[in-house]
Amino acid sequence: MRSTSVILICASICVLTGSNGAEVDFVNDIQPIFAEKCTLCHGPDDKKGGLQLTGIEPASILLKSGSRAIVPGDVLASHLIERIHSSDPDEVMPPPDKAEPLTGVEKSKLEQWIKEGADWPKHWAYQDLAKFDEKVLSEGQSPIDFLVSKTLEKKGIEASLPTDDITLIRRLFYDLMGIAPYPEQVAENLPRFQADRESAVDRLVNDLLASPHFGERWGRHWLDHARYADSDGYEKDNNRMNAWRYRDWVIESINADMPFDQFTIEQFGGDLLPERSEDQLLATAFNRQTLTNTEGGTDKEQWRVAAVMDRVETMGSVWLGLSVGCARCHTHKYDEITHDEYYQLFAYFNNGDETTSKITHTEEAVEKWKSDLAKHEKDVAEVKAQLAKAKSQLVPQVPAMIAKTNALIERAVEQKAFAPLGLAKFSGPKGVKFTQDKKDFSVLVAGKSVDDGTYTIEGTIPEGMVVTGIKLEVMPDESLPSQGPGKSPEGNFVLNQIQLSVNGERYYFGDAEASFTQGGNWQPHGAIDLNVKARSNGTGWAVGPQAGKSHEVIFGLVKPLTKSEEAQAFKIQLVQNYGAKHMIGKFRISALTSPTKLAVPTELRETLTTQEGKVDGLTLLDQFYSKWHPELRGLGERLNTLESSVPEKPGMDVRVITERQKERRETHVFRRGEFKEPLNEVTAGTFASLPPIEHRGESGDRLDLGKWLVSGENPLPPRVVVNRIWGHLFGEGLVPTVNDFGVRGDRPSHPELLDWLASEFIRNGWSRKELIKTIVASEAYQRSSAHRPDLVEMDPKNRFLARQNRFRVEAEIVRDISLSAAGLLSQKVGGPSVFPLIPPGVTDANYNSAFKWVVSPGEDRYRRGLYTFFKRTAPHPNLMTFDCPDSNVTNVMRGRSNTPLAALITLNNDTFAEAAQALAGRVLREISDGDDLRLKRAFQLCLSRAPSKEEQGRLASLLEDARSYYRSAPEDAEKFAGEHVPEGIAPEEAASWAAMVRVILNLDEFITRS
Amino acid sequence: MNPFVRKQEATRREFLTTSASGLGGIALGSMLNQDGLLNAATAADASQFQALQSHGEAKAKACIFIFMAGAPSQLDLFDHKPKLNELNGQKMPKELTDKARFAFLQPDTATLMGSPRTWKRHGQSGMEFSDLLPHLGSCADDILKIRSMHSEEFNHHPGQLLMQCGVSRFGMPTMGSWLNYGLGSPSRNLPGYVVLTAGRGSSGGSTLWQSGFLPSKYAGVQFRNQGAPVLNLKNPEGLPPELQRSGLNALKDLNEMKYREVHDPEIASRIASYELANRMQTAAPELVDLSGESQETLDLYGVGRPEPEGNFRGSLPGVQTYDTFARNCLLARRMVERGTRFINIVHASWDQHSSLDKELAYNAGAVDQPVAALIKDLKRRGLLDSTMVVWGSEFGRTPLGENRNGRQGVTGRDHHPFAYSMLMAGGGLKGGMTYGETDEIGWNIVDKPVHANDLHATMLHQFGLDHLKLTYRFQGRDFRLTDVGGKVIHDWIA
Repeated sequence: MRSTSVILICASICVLTGSNGAEVDFVNDIQPIFAEKCTLCHGPDDKKGGLQLTGIEPASILLKSGSRAIVPGDVLASHLIERIHSSDPDEVMPPPDKAEPLTGVEKSKLEQWIKEGADWPKHWAYQDLAKFDEKVLSEGQSPIDFLVSKTLEKKGIEASLPTDDITLIRRLFYDLMGIAPYPEQVAENLPRFQADRESAVDRLVNDLLASPHFGERWGRHWLDHARYADSDGYEKDNNRMNAWRYRDWVIESINADMPFDQFTIEQFGGDLLPERSEDQLLATAFNRQTLTNTEGGTDKEQWRVAAVMDRVETMGSVWLGLSVGCARCHTHKYDEITHDEYYQLFAYFNNGDETTSKITHTEEAVEKWKSDLAKHEKDVAEVKAQLAKAKSQLVPQVPAMIAKTNALIERAVEQKAFAPLGLAKFSGPKGVKFTQDKKDFSVLVAGKSVDDGTYTIEGTIPEGMVVTGIKLEVMPDESLPSQGPGKSPEGNFVLNQIQLSVNGERYYFGDAEASFTQGGNWQPHGAIDLNVKARSNGTGWAVGPQAGKSHEVIFGLVKPLTKSEEAQAFKIQLVQNYGAKHMIGKFRISALTSPTKLAVPTELRETLTTQEGKVDGLTLLDQFYSKWHPELRGLGERLNTLESSVPEKPGMDVRVITERQKERRETHVFRRGEFKEPLNEVTAGTFASLPPIEHRGESGDRLDLGKWLVSGENPLPPRVVVNRIWGHLFGEGLVPTVNDFGVRGDRPSHPELLDWLASEFIRNGWSRKELIKTIVASEAYQRSSAHRPDLVEMDPKNRFLARQNRFRVEAEIVRDISLSAAGLLSQKVGGPSVFPLIPPGVTDANYNSAFKWVVSPGEDRYRRGLYTFFKRTAPHPNLMTFDCPDSNVTNVMRGRSNTPLAALITLNNDTFAEAAQALAGRVLREISDGDDLRLKRAFQLCLSRAPSKEEQGRLASLLEDARSYYRSAPEDAEKFAGEHVPEGIAPEEAASWAAMVRVILNLDEFITRS
Repeated sequence: MNPFVRKQEATRREFLTTSASGLGGIALGSMLNQDGLLNAATAADASQFQALQSHGEAKAKACIFIFMAGAPSQLDLFDHKPKLNELNGQKMPKELTDKARFAFLQPDTATLMGSPRTWKRHGQSGMEFSDLLPHLGSCADDILKIRSMHSEEFNHHPGQLLMQCGVSRFGMPTMGSWLNYGLGSPSRNLPGYVVLTAGRGSSGGSTLWQSGFLPSKYAGVQFRNQGAPVLNLKNPEGLPPELQRSGLNALKDLNEMKYREVHDPEIASRIASYELANRMQTAAPELVDLSGESQETLDLYGVGRPEPEGNFRGSLPGVQTYDTFARNCLLARRMVERGTRFINIVHASWDQHSSLDKELAYNAGAVDQPVAALIKDLKRRGLLDSTMVVWGSEFGRTPLGENRNGRQGVTGRDHHPFAYSMLMAGGGLKGGMTYGETDEIGWNIVDKPVHANDLHATMLHQFGLDHLKLTYRFQGRDFRLTDVGGKVIHDWIA
């Protein structure tokens, strides 16, 4: 059997190798075969028969069978070849039940590869950074230009000329700040550029890098990676009102040029740094940008695990340029990441808990708080003074009051008599409905279920009735949660305050008694005390846990209502500010008509009967009368309210990650990534294919991982990061697949350049600004971006960098430059996210109807695009249509689509129409007269250059078209002129200019970084 | 995949990702030709695109996916279970509930809940529907009813993502994106992927029509129910169409000047996009203008039907959900006629944890007549064979009544991903067929389980696409609509 198969192999080799000319490349030709058809059994996870196809060494060891799978250069000695050609189903590789059979081409490639020596290089991205010998440079030459020219020369391509000065100035403004230069800024720079371009560029770049807008521009790139958003993501998609603190941390760190290694370490393990600052804790919010699912009935662990996986995979994309996500379910088919290794990474994050921490507000907020506090203290002092004054004035009246009170006590009877009140009108929070039973006068509250609010009951006290108190009964009902009497899910309620007025005058209660009381803060006295508005430390009457039963409370009037010849109008308010739906569900109100001791607070009764004469008047006033004497009561309530609302020091709850101390989680490999199917336990660790990691303690944590990424030993992060920075400055990375440095990704167009940039980045202390400076100073960066018809065939994608690239600016920037040209853009940096104009109906897409997009007032309407509130389930369409990432998963390079929907935005959207109107208003205002000059100014404001004669003529003719229309349609002119018409300009003229300049705002040149 | 094909695929993808137009490559190619700006390189790409567009014979050309977000109760609409009524009030065998996860239901005390519905067999096929769906019953012989759908997600948003994207993760393209990516769109003036909504929003929001890692031009375009159908379709107030046109002429002239200077093909694409935008400004309002439809057609769909009296969760104050849904179905037909590739009609509020009888009657009333009308109308116009209509949800509802803690009474059902039903019609699929079977209480599937991946694989197959070959490389992996699963269900194919 065996001998025949050998003969067959010989025959096939002769045929196949003869037909194949080109050299076989391991990465392109061989690795895919191994990945698809061999490594399931002979890979990192499993070595059937002792064979592992993970490198030339394990692949060529002497196997138990006595043979070697691969013997470089010797096809016949390579057992692998024999097995792939076997016709015996038990012998042939791959076994028919494991994988598709090898094709003839694949077999011949394997043979040829072995014949050519079985070259098995380490994947380029895992290799150490290559050293560049600067001696080869001529004086003053940038290594960038040396290396780019070297490739161009080799290909016989001539580089394009440097771009003109204006375009270069614009390019730098767009790239570094995301705003077009004003004509004045261009005019200021041009003479310098003409005198000495190199130093002028240097000076301008320094200015731009020092601008706070640099941090906005480059911060937004980072926020894409961080999947930053202002809401939770799943289902209800609740808002994250303080998420912007992390956004501002990014902007500030980038403006301060925080070294990228530190920038990394703080975001990974800021909480674990010794003596960490608030900002370092805030930095961990990078990993809190994951989605949250609060849908009812979710398994919290499932979503926690999903968030941790997202953290692992985001790290993979952003720092390693690897899609580690594949290894969530199985060992990566191509890249050297095993299933276990994925969970070793997972282990670093597994004990990072999602927590909230108080972070101090901005300095402005602290300043405001200080002044609020001072004002508050002043108010308190004022009320206290008024109170003291009122009391001292009342002291002479104390004996009379005591006499009155004693009379009340003496007159009181035990037997209580009640009478119904004429209840006529009920009102409460919007949507709440009251129905009074005609027979028993009870009132059922239905309709909208509100968290808190006040019921107002109005009616009349019949003529001739004496009223000494109010009885409130609360009753159960089938329709109420847990049968009532309250509307909380447990059937409870809170009566925080009851207030009575008759004919518009407040009447006060002295004491209260209830059939049942919950105790603690929840006693009937609480409903008549001075504590009227306080939400925290509230007091009032509640009856938990006695649901489903009737209860009653009686409040005695300090000053009984005497008989009146006319019916008197009364108003009772039942106040609930505890929240959580603790409203009363069913109640009945009646009058107490018999004299009652409840007119006087219990303590006062006791004091008067036992200690009368021993207590001085002021103490009596303080302790008791102040609760019901109209003047003292009013001031007392005010003081109480003030004291319970001391301005809080402005800290904000910010979502961060902190390390779990107790009940630390073990990490298990999950079968196929399913959290309910744990397999073997693993501990923190990284990939075998990358340099080893050092752990500070016994087990590794996020801080160790962050440090490992930027240790300088690990070649991936510096390569990946400089490639992205290059990509932002050239429109495409040296490795075009910025998210994939694995074996399936593109190889670098200029490997030496990539490595030089990475080394230089490290050498300069991971300074982002230095690296940008180095790149933009190069000839390659400063070349013309005009396309080269001569290179369409040879280099259609400009990978050899004979020229710069032209590309459309990002979503936020399209709007920023339009508003900026129009003079509308706010320069404010940082702060809470804002709500600019949005087309109606967009935010309805999410079913959480509580969310309302209320357009921000004032300059917040015109803030830069990166400050727009990002609602994950209903993101702003102007952003999305221009390829802003959805922020649900990390994004390391945006798309640049070019669609009719985008065209409709810049043509018709309110924001862009307003920009055109404001731009028109601006040129009409700034330039006193003359179409030519005005048109030039508009062109300058948008494109930083004067229009050509042809351009000027074309726009002038459009202006005439518009004028002839609007002169005949003044109503339309009025409408389209908009809100920015300067004084003394007719609407027809303003509208015509707006109709013309909007074309400039839509030009390809305007929204393209040239 | 062999290296040669891979390279071709890569070129095609490159073209698709870098070229202009939300409407696919074919339309773009012809447009650029008209505008005289198509250079040789782009022409080559365009033809390659056409050549590679399909993997097999395409029976379906358009898809109308009617998505009932929230999960309708299959036990009260499609899957008749007399045994469940018999066992009403009894507890479930523990071995069944032990394995299951629930959102709200308390498995220890939950009992089976029968259905109050009456059932009827319809058509020659005798397909069974409950009394809530008389109109759908009347097209039973055109409907393929699947009773054996299952999912592994039992929360709404992940479940909805699974149904739309084939995988319950964020950042993945939806069905409509994949179809337009694979086939482009024949429509010259309208988007290839349109979303219509009625009533309350879904928990998935716009993530249900996202393009994920595919370029954003493949994202669904949501048509509005009020005002202009597409965002920013109307000129700014006070700007008449003729001035829009002169503005666009000037814009084109100026952009062409730039093009002659820098030869960037992206400028040509931009000109094309603006021209298409302008055509859309006319085409979209024409599309939503129903004045050309006969009264008979309007009545067939139920356009103008009044909203039923009473308070319903699916009914929002001031919104005519019944009317809107009927219009959406009619609009979908009009879009198909105009070449739109994929239409997603989203209707939420099927999440009936309580008040099932009342709320389900309301919702069924909203969709029964319009969906039946759509099938009939497509059929009489000869469009049903080439248009696939799909009616479905993220999962179904439990045979157990939902006894949530703290709730009085049991009047609804909880989420049930183990077995639920969907409907399909047209697109070269069999009518009058009932596929798959559940056990006698509808808890588990006993015959022919179908996963969303299988559904998608079969849908793509009908469009002439092999779900294993329709891939997009992102972060080093070739992604598919069917993730790592999916098998074409040949039994469904007529």
